[in-house]
Amino acid sequence: MSQDIWVVVETLRGAVMDITYTSLAAGRILADGLGIRLVAVLLGHNAEPLAGTLGTADSVIYVDHASLADFTPEAYRRTISGLAKELAPRAILFGHTSMGMDIACGVSLDLNAPLISSCERVKLEDGRPWYSSPTCGGKIIAEGPIPDPVCVLTIVPGGYKPEAVRLPGPKEVVRMAPSAALEGLRITLKKYIEPQAADVDIAKEPMLVAVGRGIQQADNIALAEALAQALGGVVCGSRPVVDQGWLPVPRLVGKSGVSVKPKCYVALGVSGAPEHVEGISGAELIIAINTDPRAPIFNVAHFGTLLSMFDLLPALTEKIRQAPRP
Amino acid sequence: MHIVVPIKLAPDLVEDLEIDAGGAALDRTFLRLIINEFDDHAIEQAFLLKERGGGQVTIVAPDLEGADDVLYTAAAKGADRLIKLIGDFSAGVNCHALARTLAKVIGDLHPDLVLTGVQAHDDLDGAVGPLLAEHLGMPYLGYVAGLTVSDGKCMARKEYPGGLVAEMDVALPAVFGIQAAEKPPRYVVTSLITQAMKSATIEEIETGEFDSGGAAAVERMSRLEATTHAEMIEGSTDQVADKLVAVLRERGLLAPRG
Amino acid sequence: MTTTPTVERPFYDRVMEAVPSGEKLKLCLQCGMCSGICPYGFAMNFPPQSLIAAVRAGDLDPVFESETVWLCVSCFACANVCPAQIPLTSGLMASLKTEMLLRRKVPAELQTALENTRRYGNTLGESPRKRSAWCQSITPAIPLMAQTKEPVDVLWFVGDYASYHPRAVLASQAMARIFQALGIRFGILGPEENSDGDVQYLAGERGLLEILAQKNGKVLRKYKYQEIVTTDPHAYNVIKHEYPGVGVSVPIKHYTQFLAERIEQIKPLLRHEHKAAVTYHDPCAIGRANKNNIFEEPRLVLSAIPGLELVEMAHNRATSICCGGGGGGNWLDGFAWQQTHTRMSEWRIQEALASGAQTLAVACPYEAPRFEDALKSLGAENKLVVKDIAELLADAMSA
Repeated sequence: MSQDIWVVVETLRGAVMDITYTSLAAGRILADGLGIRLVAVLLGHNAEPLAGTLGTADSVIYVDHASLADFTPEAYRRTISGLAKELAPRAILFGHTSMGMDIACGVSLDLNAPLISSCERVKLEDGRPWYSSPTCGGKIIAEGPIPDPVCVLTIVPGGYKPEAVRLPGPKEVVRMAPSAALEGLRITLKKYIEPQAADVDIAKEPMLVAVGRGIQQADNIALAEALAQALGGVVCGSRPVVDQGWLPVPRLVGKSGVSVKPKCYVALGVSGAPEHVEGISGAELIIAINTDPRAPIFNVAHFGTLLSMFDLLPALTEKIRQAPRP
Repeated sequence: MHIVVPIKLAPDLVEDLEIDAGGAALDRTFLRLIINEFDDHAIEQAFLLKERGGGQVTIVAPDLEGADDVLYTAAAKGADRLIKLIGDFSAGVNCHALARTLAKVIGDLHPDLVLTGVQAHDDLDGAVGPLLAEHLGMPYLGYVAGLTVSDGKCMARKEYPGGLVAEMDVALPAVFGIQAAEKPPRYVVTSLITQAMKSATIEEIETGEFDSGGAAAVERMSRLEATTHAEMIEGSTDQVADKLVAVLRERGLLAPRG
Repeated sequence: MTTTPTVERPFYDRVMEAVPSGEKLKLCLQCGMCSGICPYGFAMNFPPQSLIAAVRAGDLDPVFESETVWLCVSCFACANVCPAQIPLTSGLMASLKTEMLLRRKVPAELQTALENTRRYGNTLGESPRKRSAWCQSITPAIPLMAQTKEPVDVLWFVGDYASYHPRAVLASQAMARIFQALGIRFGILGPEENSDGDVQYLAGERGLLEILAQKNGKVLRKYKYQEIVTTDPHAYNVIKHEYPGVGVSVPIKHYTQFLAERIEQIKPLLRHEHKAAVTYHDPCAIGRANKNNIFEEPRLVLSAIPGLELVEMAHNRATSICCGGGGGGNWLDGFAWQQTHTRMSEWRIQEALASGAQTLAVACPYEAPRFEDALKSLGAENKLVVKDIAELLADAMSA
């Protein structure tokens, strides 16, 4: 009985996905709290170097097989279940993602292990490991103990920052052969199709300056550009601005555009129509600059000011440029 | 080709949600239910496949408030069979129980494809699709946004973060978790639904006891109170700008100069 | 080889059956007045006159391909000038929109508004239980009809936007204060009220209108009241002209009519001056639509406010330019922009500015949000204030 905490590493075309680090952060809390080891389970083909950023784990199990070169549900699921039956971990953490959700249910049934979905945070309460999962669109938090002797969890982003646990390492890499047969797969990968190129992917930008109808005219977008540059971010906008052709369509934020999750979202003259607000629910910090005190954007923003952006922006941009960096 | 779409009804988030007296579940007294939005896409994808390659579409829904509406709307869109699962769903049924119940009914339908929403916003124990696939002994592929069927095989487009798509060959029969239909769910004119309510038949199938085993227990539920208003910063242009810079600095959001 | 054009009978029949006087379609003399007066006629591949020609020729596929009918904002300008009195807006255009819905060619935002209506009974997709949330801050509390024991003077049909839209509810709150100042015993339906169905019907959803009319009819029959007053011109138009066809015949007044009848009682209550030039925008739905012709009542009420100088825009009364929000237009702004690269609401604001007015008075819940948006996109926020007549009146009454 090893009773380790396992994190199943997600890789996509030779890169470890952020969700793996988020899961490692959660796994670390559980392992430390329970006084057991945190093990990352890496599947792939000639992919051992990917273990190099998994230093948060005490150990990495690496399984190499041609059928594991790219994710397919059956091969991955059989391999994980096979290993788990052999090594009996205390908990297995998957990402609540395209890969993780394909196989977490199957693995849990293989192991007869209870399943916990969309777990955002974990903790120890009275010595017992606990999960907390946002549900119903984040309106409700469900919590409970993580049952023993074994449990499968899928982890959602948001609870832990991936950067903090992307550490060199690990202390050991244990190479193992797949214990399950990987023939007769009913699902096979044919090819990858690249996403259509956009100039910038605003969904991935950490700093966004959004312009709304209050920007008034195309020339004024330069003010927003200047602020974005000072912040190291890019400009995006609400529908009226994109309709006007002042910003290209890939910069549209909202229900009919892109859902963004920046660290900081500065909304300039954005009223905050529901279609727009839906697209920024993942923003960590929202600053709204709008002269209309009734603008609904203030209901979702963390900080707001009623000053005119045309007065405020030149001063704000200059102060950000001058501000001492930590 | 027989396409079966099992649907799940989830709490409508337009309404305020309450926790029941036990503190570990939603108060279902005033709960309003709505079709899981991904299931709506699964239905649309079924019709798109039917339009392209022919076949039969069967919709299966649990007997809950709103089920008839979902079924008749699907009929107005062109569903061939409507099945309502009769049982005591009123206390809420988790994914494990729903998948086991669906498996009994859907197994008898001998589908070529089962399309279901990749997840629902109230799933706490996996998702219906992959669990159902297990019980049916079929392969499962989720996050699918496009399907092409030919010669007993299916080519599915699976989405990964960042917009990368993997084309996968899947042997049929199989279960797919639909992330998005190839086109947005279609509109159906009210008069056609009214017509369907008069002409379409909903078959009823008894479910028997539910087996919800396999989920972890929820011990507490709480409502996440949203902040209702921004902290308003007042003062001169300079004062407001200073305060905003301070907010950014405190949070480590000032980019290193480069 | 020549082919004889055949009239697409089923569609032709449907148009003529859809509305009373539908058969007048046959009387079209192709004079072109409809196309000339249509505000978006210049951008339509098939302005009304050409649509009729296409219907007669039985050659409608190009019409449906062009999606031209989604430019129609049901402003009734065409129907109002038609010398043959063809019901162009409520008959031809609504039927063509139904065909578009059947062909699944419907812009996404409008689809959402229609789906919201079907599900929640309002276009905004808000909780029906919160339909009276706008009046919770008002004292004394506004009774829901379900709670009233005695018959009331006025059953107030509030309407979707006036119940939910954060800008529009300000006018509703003002109206509540006016009713209270006048000592009117009144009540609202709250969660029992459903969308009136006017814009949905004019966007092609006759079936939805029928369901909504039956639901509203059922509750309206349940209670005892002297009269029904609405703050929504669309509710006025549809309840007056379309509900009877669904078996719901109830009298309805627009609030400006109700106030105009009581103007002598109101005048002594108006203590505050509104020292400004004010111009009034005639909403289509109580104006030229179905010749409702409620033109003078709103002006009478405005003129009673001390200090207020009423000025007219170039287009007024029956020639008023639509705000662009009717017949589904409120959810087709993006579509219309892509097709025309103009906004009707901005044209209207330009006219209001040209009139020399400092205040634009409105009487429809769509208008304050639409015109305030237009002011912002024109960069003219500081030049004009948009106020509902109820807001202006309540301000003048305030102590």
